[in-house]
Amino acid sequence: MAMKRYSAFAIARQAMNYHLGWERAWAAPQPKKKYDVIIVGAGGHGLATAYYLGKNFGITNVAIIEKGWLGGGNTGRNTTIIRSNYLQDPSAAIYEKARSLYETMSQDLNYNVMFSPRGLLMLGQTEHEVRGYKRTVYANNLQGVETRWIGPDEVKKLVPIINIEGPRYPVLGALYQERGGTARHDAVAWGYARACSAMGMDVIQQCEVTGVTTEGGKVTGVETSKGAIGCDKLGMVVAGHASVLAEMAGFRLPIESLALQAMVSEPIKPCMDVVVMANTVHGYMSQSDKGEMVIGGGTDGFNNYTQRGSFHHIEETVRALIETFPMISRLKQLRQWGGIVDMTGDRSPILSKTPVEGIFVNCGWGTGGFKAIPGSGWAMAELMARGHSPLTEEFSMYRFREGKFIDESVAAGVAH
Amino acid sequence: MLTLECPYCGVKAEETELQAGGEAHLKRYGPGSTDEEFDGYMFSRKNPKGVHFERWRHAYGCGKWFLAARCTATLEVFGTYPAQSTEPPADLQAKIKAKRPNWEGYK
Repeated sequence: MAMKRYSAFAIARQAMNYHLGWERAWAAPQPKKKYDVIIVGAGGHGLATAYYLGKNFGITNVAIIEKGWLGGGNTGRNTTIIRSNYLQDPSAAIYEKARSLYETMSQDLNYNVMFSPRGLLMLGQTEHEVRGYKRTVYANNLQGVETRWIGPDEVKKLVPIINIEGPRYPVLGALYQERGGTARHDAVAWGYARACSAMGMDVIQQCEVTGVTTEGGKVTGVETSKGAIGCDKLGMVVAGHASVLAEMAGFRLPIESLALQAMVSEPIKPCMDVVVMANTVHGYMSQSDKGEMVIGGGTDGFNNYTQRGSFHHIEETVRALIETFPMISRLKQLRQWGGIVDMTGDRSPILSKTPVEGIFVNCGWGTGGFKAIPGSGWAMAELMARGHSPLTEEFSMYRFREGKFIDESVAAGVAH
Repeated sequence: MLTLECPYCGVKAEETELQAGGEAHLKRYGPGSTDEEFDGYMFSRKNPKGVHFERWRHAYGCGKWFLAARCTATLEVFGTYPAQSTEPPADLQAKIKAKRPNWEGYK
C-alpha cells in the first residue's frame, strides 16, 4: 500500500477537506499462505526487525504477526527512557547504534516519534556506585559513547527539585548522558508499522501463534489462530513469552519471565526536564509532555505472566523517590500498570540463531528494551538476512554455555 | 498479594516475608556431564505459562527453603511442600490435574 507522506502541507490540504481524506496508517490484511520471513511479535523490536529487513536488505515478503494489538506489550508499557551508557563493549555498540538511530527516526519513518534528547542522569548515591559509574564513564569514552561524570552541584542545577543532602543516600554526583532522553513509545511502534505496511509487508494483529512446524530440523511455518502460515525464516521477537514460543519449537532459553511495573502521577506543571535514575534506591523518574511524573522501579522476584505486579514494589519505589524528590510526596498516583519482562542471567539480550535452522530469536531485553528498539531491529535484520551480524555476535544464546557472559547486571540490572 | 503457607512453621506468609528462588527440581549435573546437560541445569529454564514448581525461602520467618506449586498465568497457588521432596507429592499433582485438565503433568 502506497504511503501518503505526512507533512505540514498534508495537514493544510486535509484542513481544506475537513480532515476526511486521511488514510489508515497501515493495512489490516489476512495472512497469505506463505512468506519469506515471519516475525512473531508486533512490538517495537519485531516491527523494527521487519522494517530493516525491507530497508537494508530488500526483503519485503514479510509478515509480522501479533497475538494482541500492535505495540500493546512492553512497547506500550515502558517508561520510554533512551540511553546507551552501558559498561561492556558489545552492549555499548548495540545500544549506541539504537540511540543514534532514534536521533533521525522521525525523519526516516516520516512519523513523529517525539524523540527528546533531554539528558539523562544516573545518580551516584554511595561510594561504590560513584566508583562504578566513573568506571562506566571511562569505558563509554573509549567506546565513543558521550557521557561524563558531574558533581552534586551540577546535578542540583540540572534538577532543581532534587534533594542532594540525603540523609540516607546523599547525591554524590551523577553519570550524565546529554544525548539520552525519551521518545513517544507508541509512536515508535506505529511509525514502524506504517513504514512496514508501505513496503508491502503484512502486519497481522489478533493472530496468536499456537505451534511451530519444522521438517528435518528446519522451520517450515507456524500454526496460528488464523490458520497455518508457511515461511523460510522465522523471527521470534516476543519478549516475556519467548520461552513459550521456544517450547513450541522444541528448545529452551535461559530466560525467566517476571513482572515489572511503572506508574504515572497526576499531571503537573513542568518541573524536571531531564531523566533521573536512582539505582541504589531502585527508582527512576521523568516528566512526560503531558506533565505526568513517569516512575518506574524494580521487578518482582517470581515467575509471572499476568502483567500484574506486587503492590509492595510500588510502595518501595515511591518511598525511595520521595526521599530524593521531596516535592512529589503530595502527588496523587494516576495510573499504574505492569508488563512481563524476559530476564537473562547476565541482564543482556539474546539475538541469536537457535537449534532449529531458520529460527532466530530476539529476546532477553529484560527491563530495558525500549531504548534498544532500532538497534535491535537493525542487528536482528542483518542476522536474519546474512546469517551473522557484528552487532549480535556476542549476544548468542550459547554464550551461557561458553561462559562468555556480557555482565550488565550492575550497569543495567534494575532501572531503565 | 501472594500468600504461601510455609510447610515447616505453618505460617501463611505474604510475599514480603518470602524470597523467590526460581525453578524447583532441577537435576544437577557436574563433572563428567556433557556441555548440554550442564548448560541445561545451570541456565535453561522451563519458564512455563501455567503450572510452575518453584523454590521459596521463608526469609523473614523460619528462614527455611520450601517448594511451591503455582500458576504463573493466574497467580493461583496450588500448594507448598518441603524442600526435601525430589518431586511434587502425588496428591498435589492430582489436585493440579483436577484444576488444569490440559496440564501435561510433572516431568
